[in-house]
Amino acid sequence: MTAMIDIANAEKTFTMHLQGGVELPVVRCVSFHVEPGECVVLSGPSGAGKSSILKMMFGNYRCDGGRIGIRHQGAMMDLAKAEPRQVLSVRRATIGYVSQFLRAVPRVATIDVVAEPLIANGVARPEAREKAGALLHRLNIPERLWALPPSTFSGGEQQRVNIARGFISDLPILLLDEPTASLDAANRAVVVELIDQKKRQGVAMVAIVHDDEIRRLIADRIVDVTSFAAAA
Amino acid sequence: MAEQVCGPENDQPLLVAEGLGKNYGRLIACRDVSFALYPGEVLAIVGESGSGKTTLLQLLSAQLAASAGRVSYRMRDGVLRDLASLGEAERRFLFRTDWGYVHQDPAQGLRMAVSAGANVGERLMAVGWNHYGRIRDTASSWLERVEIDVGRIDDAPRTYSGGMRQRLQIARNLVTEPRLVFMDEPTGGLDVSVQARLLDLMRNLVSELGLAAIVVTHDLAVARLLSHRVMVMKGGRVIETGLTDQVLDDPREPYTQLLVSSILPA
Repeated sequence: MTAMIDIANAEKTFTMHLQGGVELPVVRCVSFHVEPGECVVLSGPSGAGKSSILKMMFGNYRCDGGRIGIRHQGAMMDLAKAEPRQVLSVRRATIGYVSQFLRAVPRVATIDVVAEPLIANGVARPEAREKAGALLHRLNIPERLWALPPSTFSGGEQQRVNIARGFISDLPILLLDEPTASLDAANRAVVVELIDQKKRQGVAMVAIVHDDEIRRLIADRIVDVTSFAAAA
Repeated sequence: MAEQVCGPENDQPLLVAEGLGKNYGRLIACRDVSFALYPGEVLAIVGESGSGKTTLLQLLSAQLAASAGRVSYRMRDGVLRDLASLGEAERRFLFRTDWGYVHQDPAQGLRMAVSAGANVGERLMAVGWNHYGRIRDTASSWLERVEIDVGRIDDAPRTYSGGMRQRLQIARNLVTEPRLVFMDEPTGGLDVSVQARLLDLMRNLVSELGLAAIVVTHDLAVARLLSHRVMVMKGGRVIETGLTDQVLDDPREPYTQLLVSSILPA
């Protein structure tokens, strides 16, 4: 087995204590695997649990059962049972995550927001900023904006900053939550190119995309999330 | 300098709390708290007023004697020692050098009537520095690091704004290169814009210096920005603990769900 990701029978239920303890089952029996250089797209209608699965794979949501196998530093580990320190180590060295929305520190310049994951991994600041600049340039963020914090940018610009931040590291696994949702055609094409490049580097990816055209361009395999529906 | 969270030297905890508790007569301020803090790790303790978080911080920093349990700290020789068993000289070393303590009210952590430079320099003199020029240079460079105009070095902090005082307090604490910093509501009482600047500054300093920190806050946004891990306290007990974004995005306990859902959207 060379799989980078191997999920078996993962499940998630939310218990809403403020609503009288209502149990909200989201997914169960989630099982799929992803090989290096492969992009698996999760499909299914809104509310089917696609984002929840992605968040469990990043350790952002807890997993209530089953196993989330991740190849981390040469060995398989179960993220569902990992300690916080191990999850942080996985995020630093193995899994990158491009969320739908940018969550940035108020005062930090765009170029530093993008360069930060590299700096956290020990890359020298000038080199990290150079790489960040190249990516921002490629994603059509004009240089005059790089010194500004992204909080004042338009939705599409913020998303491109977010994509640059997610793609800058050379991590072996990348999770993409609607990376093209608010982008125009030219920028969508850039993202497709970036994804192709990651595939050639052997990166394993799991993506959520609603755009049929983009899905056709990037998906090597589609996993239908409705088959994991937990609701009876 | 890069973030130093992995690496073999960090596989051993810096501070360990075991079954820690404090009563005031029949009143239980805090009970049965156990955790390990690793070098370079930032832990937030969150909960509402009266939940026992400040008592816990005082127990952890040896300012208050525990009624139950113990706190151990790895001294610079690599040996984990029970804080209650330390001699006076060792305790002084911790307070003056190896630890920092940032109070919510800067007036408690600073000497308000002496100059900013002396406030920073005092910690250096306490550890044996005696060259005036070097002390002043180091103090100026720290003022710069916390974004205080070096032209204000001879002014007393009572002439400073609240945000500047808090930044000065941070400089005073970090000048001796501590390995662990305790912070009690470090952004409490500051304007929102001043808070953002301070948070950004603290976040950078903590990661550049590879500091471990224990931050008490009732503000979940502060916990999210600064900490790796969070402990939620209620009625003197830790009711939920985990990775910060996990606890805030997928809270499990009723009280944590209430806290998270009580944040007003900006």
